[in-house]
Amino acid sequence: MSAPDASYKPLPKARLALDGNLLRLLIACVTIFVAMSLLKPDVFPTPENFLSMGSQFPEIGILAIAIMITMLTGGIDLSVVSVANLSGVLAALVIRALIPPNATDGQVILGLIIAVAVAFLAGAVAGLINGALIAYVNLTPILATLGTMTLYTGLTVAMTRGNAVFAENRLTFIGTANLLGIIPIPLVIFAVVVVIFAVVLNRTSFGLKLYMLGSNMNAARFSGINVRRVLLMTYMLSGLLAAVVAIIFLGRNNSAKWDFAPSYVLQAIVVAVLAGVNPSGGSGRIAGIVLAILALQFVSTGMNMLLFTISGGQFFKEFAWGALLLIIMVANSYSEGRRLSPRHKPKTD
Amino acid sequence: MTGRASLPAPQHLMADAFLTLNHISKSFAGVQALDDVSLVVKPGEAHCLVGENGSGKSTLIKIIAGVVTPDSGDIVINGRSFQRLYPMDAIREGIQVIYQDFSLFPNLTVAENIALNYQLSRNVRVVRWGQVHQIAQTALDKIGVRLPLDVEVESISVADKQLVAICRALVQNARLIIMDEATTALTEKEIRALFRVIRNVQQEGVAVLFVSHKLNEVLEIADKVMIIRNGRVVVDTDVASLDRSKLTYYMTGRQIEEADYDYRPTNEQPLLEVRHLSSRGNFEDISFALRPGEILGITGLLGSGRTELALSLFGVLPVDSGEILIDGQPAHVRDIQSAIHHGIGYVPEDRLTEGLFLDQSISRNIVIRTIDTLTRPGGLLSISQVNRQVRYWVEQLSIKTHDPELPAKSLSGGNQQRVVLAKWLASKPRILILNGPTVGVDVGSKMELHEIIKNLAREGIGILVISDDIPELLHLCNRILLMRRGRVAGVFDRPEITEAELTARLTEATSMARPAG
Repeated sequence: MSAPDASYKPLPKARLALDGNLLRLLIACVTIFVAMSLLKPDVFPTPENFLSMGSQFPEIGILAIAIMITMLTGGIDLSVVSVANLSGVLAALVIRALIPPNATDGQVILGLIIAVAVAFLAGAVAGLINGALIAYVNLTPILATLGTMTLYTGLTVAMTRGNAVFAENRLTFIGTANLLGIIPIPLVIFAVVVVIFAVVLNRTSFGLKLYMLGSNMNAARFSGINVRRVLLMTYMLSGLLAAVVAIIFLGRNNSAKWDFAPSYVLQAIVVAVLAGVNPSGGSGRIAGIVLAILALQFVSTGMNMLLFTISGGQFFKEFAWGALLLIIMVANSYSEGRRLSPRHKPKTD
Repeated sequence: MTGRASLPAPQHLMADAFLTLNHISKSFAGVQALDDVSLVVKPGEAHCLVGENGSGKSTLIKIIAGVVTPDSGDIVINGRSFQRLYPMDAIREGIQVIYQDFSLFPNLTVAENIALNYQLSRNVRVVRWGQVHQIAQTALDKIGVRLPLDVEVESISVADKQLVAICRALVQNARLIIMDEATTALTEKEIRALFRVIRNVQQEGVAVLFVSHKLNEVLEIADKVMIIRNGRVVVDTDVASLDRSKLTYYMTGRQIEEADYDYRPTNEQPLLEVRHLSSRGNFEDISFALRPGEILGITGLLGSGRTELALSLFGVLPVDSGEILIDGQPAHVRDIQSAIHHGIGYVPEDRLTEGLFLDQSISRNIVIRTIDTLTRPGGLLSISQVNRQVRYWVEQLSIKTHDPELPAKSLSGGNQQRVVLAKWLASKPRILILNGPTVGVDVGSKMELHEIIKNLAREGIGILVISDDIPELLHLCNRILLMRRGRVAGVFDRPEITEAELTARLTEATSMARPAG
């Protein structure tokens, strides 16, 4: 298998070919790649460009996985970016407090470990609060996380008085260094997250319960699935992913701020929907996320290269994303409609 | 009353055929759905179309309604031959199909639903509200029913919705009303009422084509019966020449001997004992015991508290007082997890919303209950154990699928129910509560499910069967508990009660539960 497959499948069969959505995504990916390579042969298909693209999408990719797992339960987590900013600010504060400018290597390592741990703890707690509101108070996920989004943002503003908190260049190696000299570290982190979640969704009982619960919450309850626990876990994982993103943000910007990257929430939702994750729950694959984020990255980079001379060309990215999303959705709906039409129905009785 | 009512009735003996189908065949993608089917329906006749799921019944109805075009054969309505019958032709000739969902407008009133189609078909641009009431009332009078005219249809019962659909058909000058599985969602009493209405409609000279797989209903309502199997007509005859066993044989093609459950009483400690259990507004003071190997039936009308009792035993519905003992020890069943912990399994009433994950694969549906045990030491799922369990249950319960990775919705009702059973059996429950175990399952599959249930009991599982299917209960259970308005209205040991008696007791419960007026 080339890409990790997020669907649980006991029988070893090639399901990739059967899944129309994944196939269409793959075709879109390849088409865009080939088209851009033909249009801009000197700059698009180059190692430099691959590295540049590889360092651009990991945050949105990871946020899209957070959105995906909550969507699998039939919910959504709108608070991911605000959780990331909260975690990032906390981590930056810890770094400032624990690592003096003339710190020894030991102090630095210990300080960074504590900072990352605090970020993860904050992400987990924020996620658990989301999960509790949804699983125990029975709030609608979209409203619950809209509320906590504002709450966490407000908390971050209150802690920083609205100012950016600098991380003293202690994490900038994440944004600048490359693994083995060529692979950007954010890309490595994204790959690790993809593998972990492919395993969690595919090969653990928790993963199966997640899909089943999203497919029919009532039947899940009647089957003895502890629905509340699964929901709590899911939103906690979503919070943890936001914390991972927080560390990447810190590595890239050397600072954290309450209002960083608010548009990433919607972009992550676009990626998840493009990936074929069913917003009402029960189906969606990690492989889809990988293909969707690649397709979108190819489109944005390619469009930038094509249009950078035109004034306002950089805004074309939004248009291209929207167009791609609509094209794939129309293609999906068309193929589904064909399957349902009486002409193609094999037998009616 | 209309002029037609003054015609001598029953008139069908001398009347010409209203509808004649000659040698109709139809195949879909190489599958022969109908093969050389001929049918004659005379005015005022009640014709039953019987067959298992997949026999071709629905295709035949669609051909009569003009929705599906046959590959060969011709259709004659009122002496007029149609090479190609369109839905509008069928309607104009007086063919009205009442589908299972009735196709009513839930947000319109009873009167509007009955009369608006009629006005639309006459190209009335401005609705005449005075007429709407009058038309609706006339139709209701014709079938001898009273319904409030100004109530929105979404707030009336299923049975009443069906009556509205019948009236709507009559208003559009129906000559033949086709009813597809009309009694599925109805209680015993409502079915009686429906049959009275059908007889009234017949008196008007309207023919009724009644599609069903409930044998006792067929024998009661039909003048003529046509049985189809695998797209072919097996029998087309007067109802007088048939009985239940012949019907079953013709439908399934098998001679099925249904032996009643052979329970031998023991003095073993009850698996489950319920003492004075009450849940306010749901049921009151329920006591019974269930021993290993027993199949205890619980029956009663909708609203008698039978489902609520089951839900309480499964930890879904809280109880106010009373005790549940399991193996003689008081058990606190406070939620589903604790019910499962005590070895209780529950196959819910509504397979589609509570029992199955329709979009998920058959194999996922089977293993979901026990998935936590199908892991390797590291905590990851063991694919080989999962596959073994799926294969075992697919074979054990003969679930008919060529690939367990297909979604559960690809299965027929009977096979879906087996998947739900497999899910629970995999967790080795000691007490199994089956709520409506064969609802929406065809006869052949139903009998196989009965065998499965009896075998489970023989292995020592205590089984509670909740059902209003009296023959089923008498066949399966060694003891039957009748509930009425939340209380136990009688307990019957199997050999001591006959079908007629039990039906009478149930109906008696009806008249008491619903005072006239």
